[in-house]
Amino acid sequence: MMRDFVSARARTIPPSGIRKFFDLALSMEGIISLGVGEPDFPTPWNICEASIYSIEQGGTSYTSNRGLQPLRESLSIWLRQHYQLSYDPEQEMIITTGVSEGLDIAVRAVTDPGDEIIIAEPSYVSYAPCVTLAGGVPVPVQCREKDHFRLSPDHLMDAVSKKTKALIINFPNNPTGAVMRKEHLSAIADIIRDHDLLLISDEVYSELTYDGGHVSPATLEGMRDRTITLNGFSKAYAMTGWRIGYLCAPRDICDAALKIHQYVMLCAPVMGQVAALEGLRRGEAEKDRMIQEYRVRRNLFVEGLNRLGFSCHLPEGAFYAFPSVEKTGLSDLEFAERLLTEEKVAVVPGSVLGSGGENHCRCAYAVSRKDLAEALNRMEHFIHTL
Amino acid sequence: MDQTDLLLLHLLEENSRLSPEELGVMAELSADEVRHRITALEEGKIIKSYITIIDWERAADGGVAAIIELKVNPERDYGYDRIAERLANFPEVKALRLITGVYDLQLLVTGKTMHDVARFVSEYIAPMDRIRETATHIIMKTYKENGQSFYEREAGERIPYSL
Repeated sequence: MMRDFVSARARTIPPSGIRKFFDLALSMEGIISLGVGEPDFPTPWNICEASIYSIEQGGTSYTSNRGLQPLRESLSIWLRQHYQLSYDPEQEMIITTGVSEGLDIAVRAVTDPGDEIIIAEPSYVSYAPCVTLAGGVPVPVQCREKDHFRLSPDHLMDAVSKKTKALIINFPNNPTGAVMRKEHLSAIADIIRDHDLLLISDEVYSELTYDGGHVSPATLEGMRDRTITLNGFSKAYAMTGWRIGYLCAPRDICDAALKIHQYVMLCAPVMGQVAALEGLRRGEAEKDRMIQEYRVRRNLFVEGLNRLGFSCHLPEGAFYAFPSVEKTGLSDLEFAERLLTEEKVAVVPGSVLGSGGENHCRCAYAVSRKDLAEALNRMEHFIHTL
Repeated sequence: MDQTDLLLLHLLEENSRLSPEELGVMAELSADEVRHRITALEEGKIIKSYITIIDWERAADGGVAAIIELKVNPERDYGYDRIAERLANFPEVKALRLITGVYDLQLLVTGKTMHDVARFVSEYIAPMDRIRETATHIIMKTYKENGQSFYEREAGERIPYSL
């Protein structure tokens, strides 16, 4: 009789809520997928070209743990110019293997056993497992549709306890497309300061803010020293597969995260770092063109959803629509499964994305306008057959 | 001209058959505002015409296209304008530009056969006054036209779901 070698901690992590859908979809042909959280555009060619050239020149080795110095320098300037953030590229910045790694090392750098970490939901699925793996206790707080899926200060207050150490937020939000404007963030920042908490802010969709520009919470008064800012190149530059993100934090936290990073990752892939640098230097026009196209698609798709009778608020950021499917009389899980099997349209059922996601579906509109129109046709057909 | 006009131009350049209603949804305008703006762009000669991009090779029309470069002696008071206007009048000339470099004018010429194109150049273009030299480049294959790729890109494998 052999022992069960799997750790108790690993066992407590829930499996992916969409495994079943994934397997179903892979067995089918002709699917229009609104289920993927990544741009449909290939990486802009100048970015690929820069990376290919550097590989040809032999650029295939490790970089410093923190990441290529010119990339950090450029990033520091870019962050100052675009978001008024001020981070020292030598002391307060780490290039990470995607924001996923940034999140992991951020959480591990600050979590002690039993620390409660509040997570604004619905959200990307890795926050809670990362907290659990770090020995912390994830505490969900729900962002509600009536608040345009923003985090309300009242609900945050209800979740704060003596054990609370940090809050994780992600705005513009996956899956709701919600954006926190300065006034909304200020109310949250007051609570964070009053209760001596840390903020972990995942801003990977920051460039996809359609009106008024992104506000980075670390720029609010008194917040810089209690914020870890996470961001990356995947969404804005259509660079998901390159796996390049970055972590910015005050020096003591950054040093702690760097220790973890150097032991578990050593460095982010150099090819991706070279590509990211090209994106920063000469990728602005292509990035803006893609963002303009997402906005056009958002307008088309959300108008289409509302025309079909799904209630869907206008997402102010990211590339997701998060309509309610309540009027179909189906749960979000039933809706997503039947829409896939009967109409071959893949959407993500909201309940797998945490509390507040029930009765909603996440539709990524980062697909061609033609496919969006066809997806709407199929959804219309689906409603009529119910 | 503002950002919204630019957006309308980009959308129309890509697909000139979009209706004012569709454009309105995309650009966050009413259909009437779209009509008004498009009329202004047409009247301002910013929108020249609504054309269709055709892959003639695929249509198996058998036509031939060539880029012709010309060295031209410019004319006192008129420069290149008068000779350019004369050249532009030929229906065979599909595009005509004044360029920098070794040659002065560059033409895109089409014909049914290679012989047609050669005859057009030798009988009409080359003998014109002020034209000193011609260079004819037959187009063998078009990869991209007006921002549109003519080849199907093998899309990378995309997974159906990611969270």
